[in-house]
Amino acid sequence: MARAVSVRRRTIATAAAWLIGFLIFFPILWTIITSFKTELEAFSTPPKFLFFEWTTENYGIVQERSNYLRFVSNSLILSIGSTLVALLFAIPAAWAMAFAPAKRTKDLLMWMLSTKMMPPVGALIPVYLIFRDMGLLDSRGGLIAVLFLMNLPIIVWMLYTYFKEIPGEILEAARMDGASLWKELVYVLAPMAVPGIASTLLLNVILAWNEAFWTLNLTTSAAAPLTAFIASYSSPEGLFWAKLSAASTMAIAPILVLGWFAQKQLVRGLTFGAVK
Amino acid sequence: MATQQTRLLGKLAVAPSVIVLFLWMIVPLALTIYFSLLRYNLLDPGNESFVGFFNYEYFLSDPAFFAAIGNSLKLVFAVLAISIVGGTLLALLLDQAIVGRNIVRLMVIAPFFIMPTVSALVWKNMFMHPVSGLFAWLMKSVGLEPIDWFAQYPLTAVIIMVAWQWLPFATLILLTAIQSLDEEQKEAAEMDGTPPISYFYYIVLPHLARPITVVILIETIFLLNVFAEIYVTGSGGPAGNLPYLVYFQGLLNFDVGGASAGGIVAVVLANIVAFFLIRMIGRNLEG
Amino acid sequence: MGTIVLKDVQKRFGDVTIIPNANLAIENGEFVVFVGPSGCGKSTLLRLIAGLEDVSAGEIIIDGSNAAQLPPAKRGLSMVFQSYALYPHMSVRNNIAFGLKMAGQPKAEIDAKVAKAAQVLNLADYLDRKPRQLSGGQRQRVAIGRAIVRQPKAFLFDEPLSNLDAALRVNMRIEIMQLHKSLGATMIYVTHDQVEAMTMADRIVVLNKGNIEQVGSPLELYNRPDSLFVAGFIGSPKMNFLTGEAATKHQAHTIGVRPEHIALSDRAGEWEGTIALAEHLGADTFLHIDAGRHGRLTVRAAGEYHLGPGSKIWLTPEKGRIHRFDDKGRAIR
Repeated sequence: MARAVSVRRRTIATAAAWLIGFLIFFPILWTIITSFKTELEAFSTPPKFLFFEWTTENYGIVQERSNYLRFVSNSLILSIGSTLVALLFAIPAAWAMAFAPAKRTKDLLMWMLSTKMMPPVGALIPVYLIFRDMGLLDSRGGLIAVLFLMNLPIIVWMLYTYFKEIPGEILEAARMDGASLWKELVYVLAPMAVPGIASTLLLNVILAWNEAFWTLNLTTSAAAPLTAFIASYSSPEGLFWAKLSAASTMAIAPILVLGWFAQKQLVRGLTFGAVK
Repeated sequence: MATQQTRLLGKLAVAPSVIVLFLWMIVPLALTIYFSLLRYNLLDPGNESFVGFFNYEYFLSDPAFFAAIGNSLKLVFAVLAISIVGGTLLALLLDQAIVGRNIVRLMVIAPFFIMPTVSALVWKNMFMHPVSGLFAWLMKSVGLEPIDWFAQYPLTAVIIMVAWQWLPFATLILLTAIQSLDEEQKEAAEMDGTPPISYFYYIVLPHLARPITVVILIETIFLLNVFAEIYVTGSGGPAGNLPYLVYFQGLLNFDVGGASAGGIVAVVLANIVAFFLIRMIGRNLEG
Repeated sequence: MGTIVLKDVQKRFGDVTIIPNANLAIENGEFVVFVGPSGCGKSTLLRLIAGLEDVSAGEIIIDGSNAAQLPPAKRGLSMVFQSYALYPHMSVRNNIAFGLKMAGQPKAEIDAKVAKAAQVLNLADYLDRKPRQLSGGQRQRVAIGRAIVRQPKAFLFDEPLSNLDAALRVNMRIEIMQLHKSLGATMIYVTHDQVEAMTMADRIVVLNKGNIEQVGSPLELYNRPDSLFVAGFIGSPKMNFLTGEAATKHQAHTIGVRPEHIALSDRAGEWEGTIALAEHLGADTFLHIDAGRHGRLTVRAAGEYHLGPGSKIWLTPEKGRIHRFDDKGRAIR
């Protein structure tokens, strides 16, 4: 039950929270503000916070210079593609683990989790060489495969925890009602699990979008997503702050919005259901 | 519990995921182990030869290797300390009756969604630049000498930007955990007249023990694998951290054998952590 | 028709035996209740009949043919689950119609059957609502509606009333009994509540640790329990058990007397004791009496009893109402 909290305590807590929240958020805010400055003003000392000539020219320049749209579409294709492929594998697996568990199901779940612990550097060299020999370097297909495998354990786990919350009796009722397994999945389980499947999709798109080990190491240009696009600003263009800011803003904005929607699922997905 | 027919379908449904993950785990690992025992340079193809543990010896005698491991571990510990302590305090603060809590929470969680390459470049240039960065301006305006972060304290600089990304994660998880603290338990403590400090120590902290452990272990896994921040800022040279050293040795120096040996060391390191993580999450599964 | 015969049915999960060996014949139109404490295997037995679990051995004969290997949908049974198991994303109408749709019946026929079931169950005004917009009792009715439209050979109920509050439970009990009467269909009903069993059943099957302890009409079980277990399980408050001297006097290892079969006196009687506690229910008073070496006994007195805690009291069991058991807990007749 909500109760009255003393006004003083509430004021202090609110002020402190807003201050800290603002400080943490500031680098992002600063990037967005800087993206609307001219290069000259971006460098000015003392820095200009709000009172400067706002301009959107940087966004145009960034797109012109390096074809932002190609990187964005690569990011979209890689993150959504790898997540969809993973869902295709994970939905049946999670259904089986949640509703038709065998003796080994728990071990299997733990084992899937353990594959996630493999540090990517342990696999970098052979994967790089295999990709080179198969002509998969800098290809979207190859990268989708890697990102799919990276995130498959998390996706299975998340779906499993969501499916677990659906009472098995409802699926049994469908079986009593004469539904085949396929109809049981399509008419009963899937509609009930829509929120869970949607949040799994959301979180994994975010993870794949920001993945910066494989995307940096296995792409050069054709399949390069936004992570690589930004990395190309490390030098010497990094000195053009306004353009760097514009590029950064364009790279983070979509996922920041998605991420804010996915907060709750994030906790659950990244802790493998240990914290809800 | 289910019928045999359902169980059979279940096995068929699980099989594809298990097979691809098994291949993904075992093939690269086996190859990495194999390469680590070879003299194998991409600039000198066709001249691979078996050299036993030479690559490991070479690595172990290379000061950069120990520097890289040291940096990896320092990075992990520092970021963990910052995010756990800061995250707990921040979560407690956000659990208070705050006006506009949802907006504050959005601001706090935001850095976690920032692409590592973006975060690295923004911090390096716009904040830590020794002449025109915001930090330099702040220090000059209070009369201090600006710090050249990436020249003087490259590791600290990386720690700051990585902690900025992971503090929100810890906060979010611990806040979720605090909010799941049973309302009746809170009220019972209040009826007992528990003072805030004891309340935190005897009620909140034990309740947070499990989520804190989860945060520690998960962050460790990710922090051991930090790569983009070091790749983009170039801080610390080849010895930035272990993943970067492996990349450097393999894809920049073309020394496949040596890089593979480094990769195996990283695998062993991660497995030590994973051992504890898996056990703990497994125990939670029982509940 | 709806006869169900279990022949040497066994169920094991791995090394754990849940049902060692069950034999039972259920007549067409009968209302049979499986009752027993939790973990006695009553739900498992029901799920075996439904086909939601495989039998480890034995036959389940429905209407004369062995159905033990058939999937649930092919057995022609319907089931009402403890949690109701309504499809949360479907309207009441679609919940009831789902089974008929799966069977591929024509739409007009489905609509007619749903309308009829809704009318019987007073659900006509709620057909377009979602289950979450209904009260517990209404959800229960939807679950029943889903079961009756398929015109099954038999209905299976798995503790269907345990999620309802006490008052509603009594109402639903009566509704289910009326439904049984009007449909004349075979019903198997699982419960742990012996009051439900006694009031609803034509025949009760008492289960204990996976074994069928006794099968009989409610009054048979009440009057002639075959074992200590049945004697203790059926009847409320529980039967009093006495061992030692009081039992040997009747040539038994243990004797049992129901609380309602003990006469009270403030002057003389067979056993002597002190009232420890009196529970006043209005119509009755339950007296808990410390009877020395006979232990604590419960006695039911009609109306209000004039003596209270601390009073001395004498007890006398009614002749012919004393149940005798041997050292294995079996009734001596």
